Amino acid sequence: MKYWREPLDTGEIDVVRGKVYIIKDRCKGCGYCIEFCPREVLAFSKEFNKKGYHPPMLVKSDGCLNCHYCELLCPEFAIYTVADEGEAGPNPVASATENQKSRLKA
Amino acid sequence: MAIAKRQPKSTSAPLSPDPKHPLEDLIRMERIPHIWCPGCGVGTVFSACLSAIQQTGIDYRKFSMVSGIGCSGRGAGYVRLDSFHTTHGRAIPFATGIKMADPSLNVIVFSGDGDLFAIGGNHFIHAARRNMDITVICVNNFIYGMTGGQVAATTPHMAKSSTTPFGNPDSPFNLPLLAIASGATYVARWTMIHSRDLTLAFEEAIGHRGFSFIEVLSPCPINYTRRNKIKTMDMVRQFHNNTIIKNHANPSELDIDFQKGVVLGKFMDIDKPTPDEILAKLRNQ
Repeated sequence: MKYWREPLDTGEIDVVRGKVYIIKDRCKGCGYCIEFCPREVLAFSKEFNKKGYHPPMLVKSDGCLNCHYCELLCPEFAIYTVADEGEAGPNPVASATENQKSRLKA
Repeated sequence: MAIAKRQPKSTSAPLSPDPKHPLEDLIRMERIPHIWCPGCGVGTVFSACLSAIQQTGIDYRKFSMVSGIGCSGRGAGYVRLDSFHTTHGRAIPFATGIKMADPSLNVIVFSGDGDLFAIGGNHFIHAARRNMDITVICVNNFIYGMTGGQVAATTPHMAKSSTTPFGNPDSPFNLPLLAIASGATYVARWTMIHSRDLTLAFEEAIGHRGFSFIEVLSPCPINYTRRNKIKTMDMVRQFHNNTIIKNHANPSELDIDFQKGVVLGKFMDIDKPTPDEILAKLRNQ
């Protein structure tokens, strides 16, 4: 995530991570989840499903922020996300915050 | 090449169907896959409707879904609620009957523009006039989709359809204006891509006392966009880019023109007594 100015509390905010579940054989390949994912986490895969469509696949495995938009848009009930509590990924700007903290200390 | 490189990553993506899809308890899974074409917006509207039903927290036995005929009319067949698939255009009279027989039910009419406004237009205006306590969801795909893409009462001016190959000479209905003029007490319009606002609007409409009407714009990839040489994804992008959200806009400005910008939002939300309440009062006197 890019910020033009980094918020001061970025280190304290827990970023929710999502796990994407794709039921490949239900997909009819409309591409709405791929087109409208705000984090551009999905892409068409090259494989075919049972119906002969290209289902989506995850291309950024840690990119999903569990916004459920793909789940809301999917007309086929073929994709959904679940909050990934176990493996909370690093805050996308946490490393930058560390820099900022060290800068503040200096 | 780029995709091939990324493929090893996709194998690490979770594929196990362990947690169920959150809407599966509301869908008759034995009927899935549904008949809606790839890219059809009805599935999205349907899933927004189911999410709204879930979010209201009301007992599922207190819901009833009624549909007419058409693509969106299949909705009643896929929902795991008490549902009713009725004759063409007559979804609202059946819903009125259900509501009057058991006023404690939340009756949702899930149907299309052709069913509700061309064949059942008369029923719509009178249910709105009476302020029947039902929720009417109209999936407007600008055409008669299931029967083969004939011109409908909502087909835009000069749009091609199977019965108007040189362009539709007529003007379409302005549905929110019609609903407000007929006396509907909750009127909103969204598109299938605004699914969050749509879910909220459905939730609000289910909770609203009186006649609530929500128009949802949706693409018809086979009979509308293909015949008019528009790519379905471009139409959905238009829903995203060429729309203006303006609550309580002037109803006469609500005609659908993507060049000018289509106005979305909630246009009417007022409180008025409903016939079942008035009848119950009279009975108690």
